[in-house]
Amino acid sequence: MSAVHAAAKGHAHGADLTEAGGHGHAESQRIVVAYGFWIFLISDIIMFAAFFATYAVLTDSTAGGPSGKDLFGIGNVALETAFLLTSSLTCGLAGIGAQARNQKLFYISMAITFVLGAAFLVLELREFAEMIEAGAGPSRSGFLSAFFALIGCHGFHVTAGLLWLLTMMAQVYAKGFRDDILRRMLCFSLFWHTLDIIWVALFSLVYLVGVAQ
Amino acid sequence: MNLLGKLSWEAVPFHEPIVMVTSGVVATAITAVLIWVLVKGYFPYIWKEWLSSVDHKKIGVMYIMLAMVMLLRGFSDAILMRSQQALAMNAPGYLPPDHYNQIFTAHGTMMIFFVAMPFVIGLMNFVVPLQLGTRDVAFPTLNSVGFWLTATGALLVNISLFVGEFARTGWLPYPPLSELQYSPGVGVDYYLWALQISGVGTLLSGVNLVTTVLKVRAPGMSYLRMPMFCWTTLASNLLIVAAFPILTATFAMLLLDRYLGFHFFTNDGGGNLMMFMNLIWAWGHPEVYILVLPAFGVFSEVFSTFSRKPLFGYRSMVIATMAICVLAFMVWLHHFFTMGAGGDVNAIFGIATMIIAVPTGVKIFNWLFTMYGGRVVFHTPVLWAIGFVVTFVIGGMTGVLLAVPPADFVLHNSLFLVAHFHNVIIGGVLFGAFAGYTYWFPKAFGFKLHEGIGKAAFWFWIVGFYVAFMPLYWLGLDGMTRRMQHYDVPEWRPWLLVAAFGAVLIAIGIGLQIWQVVYSIRHREELRDLTGDPWDGRSLEWATASPPPLFNFAVLPDVEGEETYWVVKRAARERASLSAEPKYVDIEMPRNSPVGFICAFFATILGFALIWHIWWLVIAAFLGAFATFVVFAWRDEHEEVIPAETVARLDRENRASRSAALARLAASS
Repeated sequence: MSAVHAAAKGHAHGADLTEAGGHGHAESQRIVVAYGFWIFLISDIIMFAAFFATYAVLTDSTAGGPSGKDLFGIGNVALETAFLLTSSLTCGLAGIGAQARNQKLFYISMAITFVLGAAFLVLELREFAEMIEAGAGPSRSGFLSAFFALIGCHGFHVTAGLLWLLTMMAQVYAKGFRDDILRRMLCFSLFWHTLDIIWVALFSLVYLVGVAQ
Repeated sequence: MNLLGKLSWEAVPFHEPIVMVTSGVVATAITAVLIWVLVKGYFPYIWKEWLSSVDHKKIGVMYIMLAMVMLLRGFSDAILMRSQQALAMNAPGYLPPDHYNQIFTAHGTMMIFFVAMPFVIGLMNFVVPLQLGTRDVAFPTLNSVGFWLTATGALLVNISLFVGEFARTGWLPYPPLSELQYSPGVGVDYYLWALQISGVGTLLSGVNLVTTVLKVRAPGMSYLRMPMFCWTTLASNLLIVAAFPILTATFAMLLLDRYLGFHFFTNDGGGNLMMFMNLIWAWGHPEVYILVLPAFGVFSEVFSTFSRKPLFGYRSMVIATMAICVLAFMVWLHHFFTMGAGGDVNAIFGIATMIIAVPTGVKIFNWLFTMYGGRVVFHTPVLWAIGFVVTFVIGGMTGVLLAVPPADFVLHNSLFLVAHFHNVIIGGVLFGAFAGYTYWFPKAFGFKLHEGIGKAAFWFWIVGFYVAFMPLYWLGLDGMTRRMQHYDVPEWRPWLLVAAFGAVLIAIGIGLQIWQVVYSIRHREELRDLTGDPWDGRSLEWATASPPPLFNFAVLPDVEGEETYWVVKRAARERASLSAEPKYVDIEMPRNSPVGFICAFFATILGFALIWHIWWLVIAAFLGAFATFVVFAWRDEHEEVIPAETVARLDRENRASRSAALARLAASS
């Protein structure tokens, strides 16, 4: 998301309209961009809410097929969680590196974030593949449709995040820590942390509740 | 494997003369316009000033142009339906069921998504930054992307006319009819992908306008100093941000059902089709308010300006607006009272629905009291506004009637319902859009629309509306259901003939509106407004020239109190002179970017390829879109500088004509 915000520029006093002499100031670009991105993230969270609600409705619609209790291996999911939460830490470090214009910290943290995110995806895809192989693919039942769509939607976001991460690294490499690049990095961090928050909800409401049923 | 997926020559409906003739006419018209543009050498201008523009004013105008073109498309469907029903008593009529079903689906889809939505989004885009006293929206390039994705959706729907088919499901594709089992063709896929793509555009526009209203305002423009239109824009766009993701998720589920054999809404495999009703209306009811709230904002501006009074009960209006914004999410179930939720649930949603009438009533009374004691000038926008008040109250009352579950059990799915929602959407949204279009047209182009033709158009529209839709209330009470291709009840026939005549009157109204634009452009010198303030307005958009310069304001206004411009203008009139010339400085403005247009190009290909299962093209189009973004992200120069001399020259021109107007005023008094 690229933003060009020109409102704060070229402001002067003394015009016909400014004679009222009120006080105030326009927000900095950094604030506006981050604010707008938060609004976008809220909309993204609402989309996940729709998938969550669907999953809640369809949990018992197994159509005679396997339920969550039969399918979910908590070990694999714990590992996924560990990877993703750690990647949030390293993403935060990359943000600090960017703010401090510390190339080494930035690149190393971003690289680790990528590896952890990719490892998460591999584990998730392996879980998907095993389930499909066992005849528990998304077309088996309403429950599995909701499960694959909900988890898959998160996985799709992680994939997009990884693509963005690589683009971000390339941008810093090509352009340096310019203001607009730093703003994008801020948005990327927000995005990545949001995926973490959503994963915590997925882990709790889908896997833990599913296993406990 | 077929390189073109499901696409073949059979997709072109050679055997349907109506479709082929229409397609031929449309294709010829488009080709003629393109050739004319190229031959006349207008292309560089159009590309530079419009297609790649990130100026919120240009984008707003393009949204409205899209809405108007699509209005003609949607209205021609309406004419087809009215004439079919006028003929099809004990007879097949001239439209086979297969085609008729596509027509009512396309009519609803286009009117909501590609007429009403772009019209109100266009008005908000054009007006809000001017009213807030800023140079542009928060994210100008994103704004352009949002518009072009909306245009992509409209284009895909129109392509379906010629290549393949459109959905036969009604404007909301209820499963199981919309599932692969019962709709194996590409019609539903056209619907879904067109709306997924344009939905992304709408969401981007919503994010943009929320951020603009909340974070990008002129110095001193606190929330309670914003004009009412900005408040309704905020409420409407908050609803977009909160509701459109639900639509995206719902359509994604239906697409997964259709493309990958999922079981969200299917009859078998544990699917739950009632979930579709709940999800789609959790978006659909807020959507109603997304459309009508900006119209409420327009009426607030119009009533206040032409009554020469501040808006009555400004703060109660703000509260009512935000109350509607919240309540909009609490009533969705009233769209399917008959589907077995039980008496208690129905009662709660029925009462919640009636509660919405309270803040709406507050608004109606505020508008009436704004006119009360004012010197109302009956320009065309006021006619639309008064027509709205009368019509919308009737539509609102039939809505409250439908909110009573036992009554709804009788009237559900009948023409009474069709009459009700046309009553509120035409009387509310469309009249609001026309009022706003007439009101802000001189701001956008520097000359007014012709008053006389505008008034004639209004009278044909409103009389046509009543003649076309009041019979539908009666037909609904008499048991006629919606979407009937033919029927055998003789008592219905006369009313359907009356309704068809009403549609003809509306057609004359539309014809007059077209003539009004053509006439006004040809006589623009007589209708010219040099002051930038043709209606003696009260909010900041009238403080700048018409059309406003790229940067909107030579210096950003400092706002103190409500109706700043009105206060400043009155002071200037007492002094009989403008205040001292400001100090002009360089202004940085965002550079134009074709990224929106190019993205839409790839999105169109992407959508088309997905609809026809042309997978290699899907991948290519996706890569193209991604590459476009990366190229854009690599851009080094985001802004261009408009030198202080240019700013000064443009502002002095406007100041000169305003001074002249002040002198004329002083001489006449």
